[in-house]
Amino acid sequence: MGTIIKKYEPKWSDRFYLVAILQGMMITLKHFFRKKITIEYPDVKRQPKPGYRGLHRLNKHEDGKIKCVACGMCASACPADAITVIPIESPYEESRPSISEKYAQSEERFPGTFEINELRCIFCGMCEEACPEAAIELTEIYDFTYLARKQAIMDKESLLDIFDKTKNGNFYLQEAK
Amino acid sequence: MFNIWITLIQIVVVFGVTMLGIMVCIYLERRVSAFLQDRLGPNRTGPKGLLQPIADGIKFFMKEDIIPDFVIRWLYILSPGILMAPALLGIAVIPFGKPFELFGYTIPMQIADLNIGILYILAMTSIGIYGLVLGGWSSNSKYPLLGGLRSSAQMISYELTMGLAIVSVLMATGSMLMSDIVAEQMQNGWFIWRQPLAFVLFWIAIFAETNRLPFDMTEAEQELVGGYHTEYSSMKFAMFFMGEYASMITVSALITTLFLGGWAVPFVSLETLDSFGIWGTLLSVASFVAKTGFFILVYIWVRWTLPRFRYDQLMRLGWKVLLPIALFNIVLTGILMAVWK
Repeated sequence: MGTIIKKYEPKWSDRFYLVAILQGMMITLKHFFRKKITIEYPDVKRQPKPGYRGLHRLNKHEDGKIKCVACGMCASACPADAITVIPIESPYEESRPSISEKYAQSEERFPGTFEINELRCIFCGMCEEACPEAAIELTEIYDFTYLARKQAIMDKESLLDIFDKTKNGNFYLQEAK
Repeated sequence: MFNIWITLIQIVVVFGVTMLGIMVCIYLERRVSAFLQDRLGPNRTGPKGLLQPIADGIKFFMKEDIIPDFVIRWLYILSPGILMAPALLGIAVIPFGKPFELFGYTIPMQIADLNIGILYILAMTSIGIYGLVLGGWSSNSKYPLLGGLRSSAQMISYELTMGLAIVSVLMATGSMLMSDIVAEQMQNGWFIWRQPLAFVLFWIAIFAETNRLPFDMTEAEQELVGGYHTEYSSMKFAMFFMGEYASMITVSALITTLFLGGWAVPFVSLETLDSFGIWGTLLSVASFVAKTGFFILVYIWVRWTLPRFRYDQLMRLGWKVLLPIALFNIVLTGILMAVWK
């Protein structure tokens, strides 16, 4: 059984339309005085919510040593094949505290080259999830651009740099201060 | 000799103020429309974006002026001017302030007080439509032609209502002199109270006359790709644009003069204004500008509130609703005048 929807028949008074027009104009007038939703971008930057997946960073331990053990899990998890890791022997003398015992027992590895091609990256966050050391992380930085393709390939140093910039919480809040 | 100089100065001043008014209109159009849509609008160029119209103008000047091969060249070049010039000419007969005395001369705040004032304005607004029609025709392509055709049909339909609404004002005044109309209103009350029906009709008709929403059939972007100005670019397009705003200013000034007492200041009598001397004149000009500005704001406000009419709805409204009401209003005015006399 279908429901019968009555066709809208305007009343005799509705046919003047002028009242409806005035009502509509009052609605637009209300919007005139309403708070504007525009964010004036270069001056004011939107604060991304926690969990936003932006530019990558390579985390460091508190003593400044690189967390990454160059296991290559991020590179193999990456669906866009954007990450390149070439491991070398660790330059650190003492063995580091590790979350996963499995890798702590093996010989110390260290990222000799760690490159992320930000143009290939789809910012899915799989690398972040795959990392056993919580070494790679996606930050809240969203406004990064490049003048050349070469610049888009972030190397180890610049990724560590991003860590220094973002370790104290929201990058854009700090920038605003 | 002195009169000629005064007139020349008046022409320059009125022309300049009108051009400034066009710029203010463009600024208001962009800012108010943005505010009505919860946006900010242009606010980067100068304080609060006030220099935006100048930036727009510079942009238009710098742009390449493309004249397509298939156009009728001389008409194509001429038609933006045909739209713009009458719109500016119309302002010439509108009294925008109280006359004042200077060195023993009475200086009217009006460029020319023609004895056919209203007819002249009606003629000018009608000629302005030729700019659209010829622009559409000379572009030699289908969308501009449709836009031009629509504007001509629309003009004929709504000019009637506009004219008939004015007729009832003329009947009450008994003169076509604009100054007489203002004087009559100062004596016996504004026509918005004495002719409310004519006021509403006239107000609706000027929306159609200046091709503004909800009657902007001539440039209906979604159907006509811009309508009559599809083939225009650079400063020629800007001329169409400015012409539209100029005619907006003209008809807003006209409706102010006809129905809102022109430069009359509310609650202040003519004698009090006279006692103020030059300040009285300035006050009256300010009053006139405020009233005109109100109508321009409503233009913009309505534009961002109402959707566009369908063409058959537009024609039905013009011929079957507004025209009979306008005729009825004339008959009513006649009867009332006969009864009260």
